[in-house]
Amino acid sequence: MALAGLGLLFFLLPLAGLIVRAPWDQALAGITAPETATALGLSLFCSLAATAAALGLGIPLALVLSRTTGNVRSVMRALTTLPMVLPPVVGGVALLLAFGRRGLVGSFLYQAFGVQLPFTTAAAVMAETFVAMPFLVIAVEGGLRSLDPRYEEAARALGARGWMVFARVTLPLLRPAIFSGAVLCWARALGEFGATITFAGNFPGTTQTVPLAVYIALETRPESAIVLSLILLAVSLAVLVGMRDQWLGEP
Amino acid sequence: MILATAMVLCACGGQGSGSLPGESDITVFAAASLQQAFDKVGARLKTTNNTKTTFNYAGTQTLTAQLQQGAQADVFASADIAHMNTVEGAGLIAGPSKIFAQNWLEIVVAKGNPKGINGLSDLTRSGLVVVLADPSVPAGKYAQQALSKAHITVRPASLELQVSGVLSKVALGEADAGIVYASDIFTSTRVDGVPIAVDQNVIADYPIGALKHSAHAAEARGFIDFVLSPEGQGILKSSGFLGV
Amino acid sequence: MSLNARVKVRHNDFVLDVELDIDPGESVAILGPNGAGKTTLLRALSGLIKVVGRVELAGEVLEDSATGLRVPTEERHVGLVFQDHVLFPHLNVLDNVAFGLQAQHRPDAKRIARGWLERAGLAEKASAMPRELSGGQAQRVALLRTLATEPRLLLLDEPLSALDVTIRAVVRRELSRQLASFGGVRLIVTHDPLDAITLADRLVVLENGHVVQSGTPDEVTARPRSRFVADLAGVNLLRGKGRGDHVELMSGASVAAPDAGAGDVFAVIHPRAVALYLSRPEGTPRNVWQGQVEDIDLHGERVRVRVKSPVSLVAEVTPAAVRELRLHAGGAVWMAVKATEVSVYPA
Repeated sequence: MALAGLGLLFFLLPLAGLIVRAPWDQALAGITAPETATALGLSLFCSLAATAAALGLGIPLALVLSRTTGNVRSVMRALTTLPMVLPPVVGGVALLLAFGRRGLVGSFLYQAFGVQLPFTTAAAVMAETFVAMPFLVIAVEGGLRSLDPRYEEAARALGARGWMVFARVTLPLLRPAIFSGAVLCWARALGEFGATITFAGNFPGTTQTVPLAVYIALETRPESAIVLSLILLAVSLAVLVGMRDQWLGEP
Repeated sequence: MILATAMVLCACGGQGSGSLPGESDITVFAAASLQQAFDKVGARLKTTNNTKTTFNYAGTQTLTAQLQQGAQADVFASADIAHMNTVEGAGLIAGPSKIFAQNWLEIVVAKGNPKGINGLSDLTRSGLVVVLADPSVPAGKYAQQALSKAHITVRPASLELQVSGVLSKVALGEADAGIVYASDIFTSTRVDGVPIAVDQNVIADYPIGALKHSAHAAEARGFIDFVLSPEGQGILKSSGFLGV
Repeated sequence: MSLNARVKVRHNDFVLDVELDIDPGESVAILGPNGAGKTTLLRALSGLIKVVGRVELAGEVLEDSATGLRVPTEERHVGLVFQDHVLFPHLNVLDNVAFGLQAQHRPDAKRIARGWLERAGLAEKASAMPRELSGGQAQRVALLRTLATEPRLLLLDEPLSALDVTIRAVVRRELSRQLASFGGVRLIVTHDPLDAITLADRLVVLENGHVVQSGTPDEVTARPRSRFVADLAGVNLLRGKGRGDHVELMSGASVAAPDAGAGDVFAVIHPRAVALYLSRPEGTPRNVWQGQVEDIDLHGERVRVRVKSPVSLVAEVTPAAVRELRLHAGGAVWMAVKATEVSVYPA
């Protein structure tokens, strides 16, 4: 019990510090400052775009993962969860080496189409997708594995073809797993720093997401930094509270 | 950034522990651009004074914030006077700080200068990917000053959080040009430099000071004295700095 | 609309090897102990498992390993009803029943589904979710869901075993009624003989992946060919070689019986025909053995006594007899069976 209390305290104290030390009188000015709005808007856009990309790529990936077995699966599994254990900056470096101007794919894109990915908003979305997608894949794969295979069998026995089985039976039954996976993915994308700064760089309005803005503001305009942090905290709390049923495993 | 935080944690815990008998331990917070030079200084002091020096290299603005939040250190070497003033203003420095080195700004380009950049005005060329340090970093602030002296506006692709970030982006080939310290280019083999005209350039003054709360005041003084000595200045010059 | 199947499935160490020929309109029960391969057979017929062999339904070849032809499950038009309904939990009753019709792209799917529900007396449950239904209702909805697609072959996997004993009888009657009006081939898998007898015209007994017996319920229980059926019928089943006037068992003991014939035979002795004595009886019975009581089981007003001897048998006696003889587990006892009570038939 004592250890549990210690654990809880470990989470509570930093948050309490944030709330107690917040310059509430300057909060309003902080919120409405143009830099804050820009960073917030950009963060929301990038994190939502990253989540959408994760859904589009991650659900099919989870499907394949759940249907493969043996060594192929172990390798695929390791690859898709690698970004979770990789330090984000390392992830950013890896993205540069793949998609930078001299990267494996990036050099081709640059020479053939003049397309340069680093320093663009797209790069920020890519960095966030890279670190956050594994959360979605794991949640959905877990959901698929715990799905009773007989539902799909029953559907097929009733004459439903592949797409109908997927759309009307598999996907709806997966909805809780997809939802919680997407929320985790979005939260992770929202907070991404290391990979973003390394691959996408930092420029207000283009790539300066809230975590980056907070870091810079910390030295020059601490009140702004604290206010931004509080906003992010409030948003995250709202999401977690809204999702509490999912955590408790309500069907 | 993660490294810096980790090092602060180590530094905070390591005061007076893990040192051999007769050896003293000091912690030096120094601007990132001083890394090569100060590592040599640290090695020298180990053999002469038997002083073990632990360095925390980071962007000057990060170090300032850490000291303000109560991080423990013995010596602080800043990349500009403004940040040293902030720390002095918080009453953390023992005695007056001293300028121990100077640095010019220089344009960093890829090896061989493939884009043929000759001066600051070339940075406005369309299609050129230019990277600068964020204005909250001393090097970034100086770069903005140099650009405004030259009446040039550049739209950088990124505002890096450390000068080393600017250098590495150019070295990796992601950016075509950037503005860094001359010392950074001097000590790097992966890039080339293009000088900035004297009337446009900005000299960065590097002040150094001992922290008031230091438990090793004598050794801190020793470090600072060495840096200001001919031998120390020689080390700084060999790393591309201007002496004082 | 007949089913002709030669099905061989190898699954880990288990081998299923079955030949089935079922006429249209026939209702067949696949009876057997757990692990006999009954569910495997159904899954193979519905196309969920690959087989070595050939499956032909209503003249159409659904699977033929010789030519490599394999019609996928969704195109076989074979209805499969699972043991515990497996209704789609996220769809209400009406949508469940309409599902198969929608898979057939019927625009009036919901209307037809509602019709089925009404005829089954479940119309008011149309908008209920599966978790709100009782076990019996859910199973009936599952059956309707499959019947609505009008399959050519109906496969029912242990349709009543997941239900409470108390409602099983009710649902069994219901099921019987619904099946009577179904025109295709009906195959019901069960381990409950009552289900088999009530719902089917013909029994096929499956044991260890092989068909050991086939026939009407009466035929099968009158002449059991396996321990399973013998237990079902409640008789003693022995196996040995016919030697004219007696049967020589594998253990070497012999059982006197008229018309024992020759070759491999089964010998059946009804427990009622086994008399128990405390000492060696003297009299006409040709079959007398000394043994030891293994256990005693009360079945209503009858007691079943299992006796271990050169010929182990189960005897059925009255409780009074048990008291009189002071029968107890481990006690010594003599058994006698008249030769005329032993019925022998070829194996």
